[in-house]
Amino acid sequence: MTSLSLTLLTPLIGGLVLILMRSPGPAGWLNLGVSALTLAGSLGLAWSVWHLGSVAGMGFRVDAFNVYLVVLTAFVGLTTGIFSRPYMRHVQASGRISAWSLRVYHGMYQAFMLTMLVALTTDNLGVLWVAVEGATLATVLLVSLYRTPEAVEAAWKYFILCGVGIALALFGTVLTYFAAQHVMADPGTGLTWSALYERSHDLDPTVMRIAFVFLLVGYGTKVGLVPMHQWLPDAHSEGPTPMSAVLSGLLLNVALYAVVRLKMLVDGSLAETATPHLAGALLMGFGLVSFLVAGLFLHRQRDIKRMFSYSSIEHMGLMTFAFGLGGPLATFGALLHMLVHSLTKSAIFITVGHATHVAGTQSIDRIRGLIRTQPAIGWSLLFGVVAIAGFPPFGVFTSEFLLLTATMQSQPWFTVVLLSGLAVAFAGLFRHLHPMVYGAAPEGQRPVEANMLPVYFHLGLVLWLGLAIPDVLSAWLDRATQLITGGHLL
Amino acid sequence: MSLTVLTLLQQFVLLLAALALFLSFVLLSQTRLIAAIRVFAWQGALVAAVTLTVALAGHAHHLYFSAALTLGLKAMLIPAMLHRMTRRLGLERQSETLSRPALVIMAAVVLVIFSYWVVEPMVANGLAFTRNIIAVSLAVVLIGLLMMVFRQQAVAQVLGFMSMENGLFLAAVSATAGMPLVVELGVAFDVLVAMVLFGVFFFQIRESIDSLDVDRLNRLTETEETR
Repeated sequence: MTSLSLTLLTPLIGGLVLILMRSPGPAGWLNLGVSALTLAGSLGLAWSVWHLGSVAGMGFRVDAFNVYLVVLTAFVGLTTGIFSRPYMRHVQASGRISAWSLRVYHGMYQAFMLTMLVALTTDNLGVLWVAVEGATLATVLLVSLYRTPEAVEAAWKYFILCGVGIALALFGTVLTYFAAQHVMADPGTGLTWSALYERSHDLDPTVMRIAFVFLLVGYGTKVGLVPMHQWLPDAHSEGPTPMSAVLSGLLLNVALYAVVRLKMLVDGSLAETATPHLAGALLMGFGLVSFLVAGLFLHRQRDIKRMFSYSSIEHMGLMTFAFGLGGPLATFGALLHMLVHSLTKSAIFITVGHATHVAGTQSIDRIRGLIRTQPAIGWSLLFGVVAIAGFPPFGVFTSEFLLLTATMQSQPWFTVVLLSGLAVAFAGLFRHLHPMVYGAAPEGQRPVEANMLPVYFHLGLVLWLGLAIPDVLSAWLDRATQLITGGHLL
Repeated sequence: MSLTVLTLLQQFVLLLAALALFLSFVLLSQTRLIAAIRVFAWQGALVAAVTLTVALAGHAHHLYFSAALTLGLKAMLIPAMLHRMTRRLGLERQSETLSRPALVIMAAVVLVIFSYWVVEPMVANGLAFTRNIIAVSLAVVLIGLLMMVFRQQAVAQVLGFMSMENGLFLAAVSATAGMPLVVELGVAFDVLVAMVLFGVFFFQIRESIDSLDVDRLNRLTETEETR
């Protein structure tokens, strides 16, 4: 319990202090310190979950499924914090933002971390909704931080689309609560996930079916599922790069986590009906469409950050498909994919952030010869893209291989679709990547001061996961798989 | 379904909810901003009245609190904030020209029918009252959505967003006798923060495109040329 409060209270207090702090110099360091303390708390939490099975109390409940996402969230929060400190100082020095904006940035960074962690650890579906909506509110000002017309437009789109989507999710939550009213002895626990899960077989299937459609569309907007994905490329390309890294690496995961938790409830409720796999089929459909459409859109991008945000949609689509497929193997693969995608994508966005500072533009056509100008950035970008495209020996290959195997077992025909989708996405990424890293550097392109440690660390971890998954982690993911599907893999 | 199977109280709640739905239609076609804000405030007051009625009938004490919260937030604070911003932006006299108002109203009617169709399978529960109230609140939510899609003025879009929230409150209160208090407070807090941020964005949008006509926010497309 202590470690849980440490994990949640640190970003809360840190965010409040950061927004009140006047001097920008120490703010970056404090942001870093707060993130480190949060990570320490989350590791403590993981330790107690490992020994006790689950930690619950005060409306929070942490089990094997969400604790690994909590650690991942805190970890990416810390490494992005390491990157963001010199990056934002460079931005401020170039006069794009004021000192006040920097304060807002740091305060909202921690507010965002808080909402993510609350969404993951809460046991209450209503609080989950409040936290996911809170994440929109915390990040929307950051998307418009640069105050260019494009940034304001992206932020408005993000605000309106996610606001509408999440409102539909609240309607789904109300319907779930309505279904629970007839089942639960104490109506006050009607939104408590663990209590609902125990009685999920008694929940009215007609109500839950309608509720799940609303919940999927609502939280699916945040996952970035096509056709509700419109906000995502805009918000990623116009906001500051550290924001893109945490949006892609964390927010999408948390939204998907919410969808999976709700699918578990609906599966229980529909088990005895004529359509027991309705929720899974919906996830597979949305996931597959997102995967294919995003892969095609990769080809026509001109903005480097937009391109990688489409790659995020593609991977989220793949994970959604896998969770929809169900079964221990697919679920294990999807959980692993969540992990490696977060690590790789945030590493890529960090590298891209430095690359745009080197080239002075986000336009793919004008970023050239990165390896020649600054080898560290060029090679990192190359290896990051190789990893995200699913090449061995990186971890993304492992998880995609597991997913393909699982698909082959239960729905063989989809394997063909998935493989061609992966090929299309690979081609889309590499046609843009090749001239950016190789090629001759334009006149006047200078190296920038860059801290590449987080990138090396992330890519190193992804490489390690590709070569050999440590026993602790695989046992851990296996426990989460057992929670979700009821079956073991190992 | 005949209305007489409902208790007097349920009929009263349904009447209030139907009035809220009617106000959604008014909001949809009201072109003058100040008048639209006033309509929105009345809708909030109706939702608060529904909450109060349910509280009185069920002796649910925490619902008194949420009735007060709804009244304060939806009928007073948010309309007042919108009113003030409209004045500061100099939009008091602005009225938007709507393209094809008749078509939009027809679309809203279709949405109401659609809501009833969605809720139809729930008849198995045998709760005529709940089915009606959920259908009406869903219709309010969807008409709010329609308003956000088809109005180009940023303030009008926000009104659509907030009236969606009214529909959600209506569903939560009347179908389930209120969400747990912590959730209700959280939702209210989110709505309030959203309103403050909307205010910030009104000024940012005007600064960047010199108008609040969000149709002119069209720089970000898939085929953009290099800037």
